[in-house]
Amino acid sequence: MLRFLLGRLAVLIPTFVGVSIIAFSFIRLLPGDPVALLSGERVMSPERHAEISAQLGFDRPIVIQYLDYLWGVVRGDFGTSIVTKRPVVDQFFELFPATVELSLCAIIFAVVLGVPAGIIAAIKRGSFADQAMMGTALVGFSMPIFWWGLLLIMLVSGMLGWTPVSGRISLMFYFPPVTGFMLIDSLLSGQAGAFKSAVSHLILPTIVLGTIPLAVIARQTRSAMLEVLSEDYVRTARAKGLSTFRVVGVHALRNAMIPVVTTIGLQVGVMLAGAILTETIFSWPGIGKWMVDSVSRRDYAVIQGGLLMIAAVIMLVNLAVDLLYGLINPRIRH
Amino acid sequence: MLKKTTFAAALLAATVLSGAASAKTFVYCSEGSPEGFDPGLYTAGTTFDAAAHTVYNRLLEFKKGTTETEPGLAESYMVSDDGLEYTFKLRPGVKYQTTEFFTPSRDFNADDVVFSFDRQLKADNPWNKYVAGASWEYSAGMGFPEVIKSVEKVDDLTVKITLTRKEAPFLANIAMPFASIVSKEYADKLQADGKMNQMNQQPLGTGPFAFVAYQQDAIIRYKANPDYWGGKQKIDDLVFAITPDASVRYQKLKAGECHLMPFPNAADVAAMKADTNLKVVEQAGLNVAYLAYNTTQAPFDKPEVRKALNQAINKQAIVDAVFQGAATPATNPIPPTMWSYNKAVEDDKYDPEASKKGLEAAGVKDLKMKVWAMPVSRPYMLNARRAAELIQSDFAKVGVTVEIVSYEWAEYLDKSKAKDRDGAVMLGWTGDNGDPDNFLDTLLGCDAVGGNNRAQWCNKEFDDLVTKAKETSDVAERTKLYEQAQVVFKKDAPWATIDHSLSIVPMRKGVEGFVQSPLGDFAFDGVDITE
Repeated sequence: MLRFLLGRLAVLIPTFVGVSIIAFSFIRLLPGDPVALLSGERVMSPERHAEISAQLGFDRPIVIQYLDYLWGVVRGDFGTSIVTKRPVVDQFFELFPATVELSLCAIIFAVVLGVPAGIIAAIKRGSFADQAMMGTALVGFSMPIFWWGLLLIMLVSGMLGWTPVSGRISLMFYFPPVTGFMLIDSLLSGQAGAFKSAVSHLILPTIVLGTIPLAVIARQTRSAMLEVLSEDYVRTARAKGLSTFRVVGVHALRNAMIPVVTTIGLQVGVMLAGAILTETIFSWPGIGKWMVDSVSRRDYAVIQGGLLMIAAVIMLVNLAVDLLYGLINPRIRH
Repeated sequence: MLKKTTFAAALLAATVLSGAASAKTFVYCSEGSPEGFDPGLYTAGTTFDAAAHTVYNRLLEFKKGTTETEPGLAESYMVSDDGLEYTFKLRPGVKYQTTEFFTPSRDFNADDVVFSFDRQLKADNPWNKYVAGASWEYSAGMGFPEVIKSVEKVDDLTVKITLTRKEAPFLANIAMPFASIVSKEYADKLQADGKMNQMNQQPLGTGPFAFVAYQQDAIIRYKANPDYWGGKQKIDDLVFAITPDASVRYQKLKAGECHLMPFPNAADVAAMKADTNLKVVEQAGLNVAYLAYNTTQAPFDKPEVRKALNQAINKQAIVDAVFQGAATPATNPIPPTMWSYNKAVEDDKYDPEASKKGLEAAGVKDLKMKVWAMPVSRPYMLNARRAAELIQSDFAKVGVTVEIVSYEWAEYLDKSKAKDRDGAVMLGWTGDNGDPDNFLDTLLGCDAVGGNNRAQWCNKEFDDLVTKAKETSDVAERTKLYEQAQVVFKKDAPWATIDHSLSIVPMRKGVEGFVQSPLGDFAFDGVDITE
């Protein structure tokens, strides 16, 4: 197990270097340069442009810039944003908890609803319930996030007034962030009503971000279950006279969960991509919007650093998923 | 036990609520995050709203709702006869804000003014490069490094600024956000503590609101400055709730989650006006959208071709389709609200027949051209693609085939500057300081060719008029010169002027005292909430 873990970690290093090269070079391949953008629609003279480029180190050979960047990363220095003039690491850790909190809630929402829906659909294959659920899943899967988000805001917040429109907590509450996770910070603040407000602000973004993963997980669970339910050992279990609950819940589900766990792991990447739109709609201060803004501002340091850190997170999640396999299915031991 | 706890929690909540209700909090649903909080470093209006108009003051300020300057931190000023020396008498007894991060020990004085300018202008000032890539872009863009020779302290409450040349727009320029006055005492403390970059994160000034906290991309909090020289504010707290999407801002406004929002969707305005809980104020924006021909490339080097093409464009149709009426067709390169706007200039009338004849007379047949459409929505042009399509169909009627091209914004701005650019570029401008020079010289002067002058148009007659106006301090004289310059512009037609848009600000009915700025700023000193 330890050997497996070390082996996987060793593979992460070249992947990490690869991501750093891609992040570093792709943003530079895009036309338009960050120095010119500093002056907006106003135009900068060529002399000033050269002066500021030199100040930011963009006049050096590209390889030197890359090595300098990599050396910084090794020391934990991911550079300073050209725009905000703040260290990228500081900004990342300020914004990342918001994305994680939202993504976690969305994935829990997707799993809690998606797995049972998939199981029920598989057991009652061909029934109305099956078709209704899978039809809904297809709709959910094809839902444009932006449209879905605005629709929910207009309906649930605007017309019904059940949830707040956007943000992470009511502006009435003010406490300095401790963990960056609003649910935890609101509890720690000790202010009455803060936690409830944080929860109410999470509802709509969770639904919007969780919709696509929910659909994917439900469909994946259904097909994995169907496959397992036709296996011999399931028939044997049934023949032994075990209850449906035991057959499905204990014997079938555990094996069906392996591809589902893989899917859930993959959804983390999808989630981070979807978070960009969800965060924009719900004014959610996370890394998705931060990254998109940085691309349009050509904020090299933020894009490089941000991508690298996001990639690291996804790689670690995938590693965790691999380790989970062993727990679910004892036959897979590393 | 559980019941007791719930009751206690409810009681506490009620106390907090009533406490919150007694403090007046004004919530502004702003459209984006500030890049930082040192206005000198940036050029974006969003940043100025968050930093300059809240925390800071300038020597002169723009009078609310106008582009005229009025005394700010300077009570009065004198200009020497040769127009090169400006002596400012500073306002006595102006206090800096007292915050959790800094307690000032002295009032505002001349040292602060000298420091505020020197840090932007002198490369050897330790603050000149206090953050990576500090380019003081606005100061450079307005020509301060060339124009300002020195900034000297005469006594504690007198400052003399000497210029290298006569520069009539100078007074308007120092009222701009980038020329905000910062505290030297605070700067010295940050420098001594080795925390210079905090100047850009925890601003401290003399303005109506003191900075409390910024949660990135989410919320900025301020409290009213109790010692403000202009009097205490009617609201206690000011909050910027950053809400990038215009539809979401509208929903928040409707739900009462904010009091005022900028930049509504044009399509939502009618519903906003119909909503009894809201009110909508409008004002002509200080802007222009234009289509700049490349006047160095045939056949666009001929004024008669450009004139003929201008006659083919149905501007009213663009205004109706893109702005749903919230704009006016543009005749001159400066907006009608700006002084020196020449009402006598007649626009090229929409007349496809005349256009066709004009093109024929100029020997132009089967013309194929590119029209560049901006990829982003700007206040002066909400949907450039749509406008370009309308121009495409207008031009098709006179036998001109248009290919619409677009690039990513950064690339668009960069490529459109090229002197040998192929095609006419759609772009626009929002005024910085209300001075006509800021449009006419900046966008059409010979010096700006290859830069802001997207038409690559260098007309000696026009350039001489504009340069002369810049060096004249008499407003009546300047007005005449600019009026003539507009006549020359229209005759030579380097652009098709498209529109001047309205700036529309929806707010809750109970908001009082908000004055719209023609410069597009959102400043909240003097606002009150009555609902």
